[in-house]
Amino acid sequence: MARITASVYTSHVPAIGAAIDHGKTAEPYWQPVFAGYDFSKQWMKDNRPDLIFLVYNDHATAFSLEMIPTFAIGTAAEFKPADEGYGARPVPTVIGHPELASHIAQSVIQDDFDLTIVNKMDVDHGLTVPLSLMCGQPQAWPCPVIPFAVNVVQYPVPSGRRCFALGQAIRRAVESFDEPLKVQIWGTGGMSHQLQGPRAGLINAEWDNRFLDRLIADPAELSQVPHIEYVREAGSEGIELVMWLIARGAMADVAGGKPPVLRHRFFHVPASNTAVGHLILENPQ
Amino acid sequence: MALHKPYLDVPGTTIFDAEQSRRGYHLNQFCMSLMKAENRQRFKADERKYLDEWPMTEQQKQAVLARDLNRCMALGGNIYFLAKVGATDGLSFQQMAGSMTGMTEAEYRAMMIAGGRSPEGNRFVGEDGDAQAHRQPQGAAGQKG
Repeated sequence: MARITASVYTSHVPAIGAAIDHGKTAEPYWQPVFAGYDFSKQWMKDNRPDLIFLVYNDHATAFSLEMIPTFAIGTAAEFKPADEGYGARPVPTVIGHPELASHIAQSVIQDDFDLTIVNKMDVDHGLTVPLSLMCGQPQAWPCPVIPFAVNVVQYPVPSGRRCFALGQAIRRAVESFDEPLKVQIWGTGGMSHQLQGPRAGLINAEWDNRFLDRLIADPAELSQVPHIEYVREAGSEGIELVMWLIARGAMADVAGGKPPVLRHRFFHVPASNTAVGHLILENPQ
Repeated sequence: MALHKPYLDVPGTTIFDAEQSRRGYHLNQFCMSLMKAENRQRFKADERKYLDEWPMTEQQKQAVLARDLNRCMALGGNIYFLAKVGATDGLSFQQMAGSMTGMTEAEYRAMMIAGGRSPEGNRFVGEDGDAQAHRQPQGAAGQKG
């Protein structure tokens, strides 16, 4: 059967993608950001998965206001990097896994989560920046990716509690797939940031680090935190952090297994307008 | 019965909820159209003419022409959609975000490098943080006169 081997959490700031694409990673402003991912790139090589289930949000790219799905799973064979207004990022096309994606969709919908199934979409920086941070600049991404887009643009976004429960349903779906695939689940976005209004630029490093502590040690309690705390403490766009709870909910300990092993933790301010946070948690073998 | 909106007392912040989305539908869809290079060209060639193709309010059109992002947001705009206008102008997200604070680009960038804006005094309307209404505009612009 397929199984979830690890979860990865990272911010997906668009300026990080631009820094990579324009060869600026060694500049003094960016060097400390990318240094935080040196371990992660090696870890990816040493622990190459068969598939990445990548939780992210679309930023008015594939989804305009015509349709606003709360949870959307990409079931296509491939997904092209989107032109977000600056031209498409020069990164490889994302290869999907229609069989497992369709399997997960069926299982999770039967588990009472009403997913939107997407057979055609481009993917924006929310999905490609995490891949770049973890994999560098390869000719092709190391494995297929199932994009899983969450609405965090128009309120109300799904609650942390619901995201955490959805992660548990995704784990059950993965484990009922017959092929012996090693699957990583990634939760992306955040950490504290606000991109709008006179409060733009808000950063709350203390709250962010407590979020990381709680995500590692007590995600069930963390999942009870209401939206308004994210907005007040971590900025209006800090709400993206609910997506990390989907990945965390898919880990073995949530279903009675052993606690995950913390392989890497990183935090840095700033990348553009945003606090960068990053974790790698492995399920014990 | 009124909907529960606990986020209305966060200073300097407009939450893009269903009501704002309804108000800003055409404004945001106009922004979305700038994802296509040919539309960006047509918009740049004659902004007013291009805007008149959309059933937006006059206030919304004026706010776009003035690149007043705070006003655009009050009229239903969402920052991820408005960012398409900024991209058309060749601005970074940091430049766009900074423009809403009254700070210069250099002032805003320096604030971020120094650790960003503190949440202290900026959690609830009525406190005394730098995002509160009585402390706008920020930066040198707010110290003149």
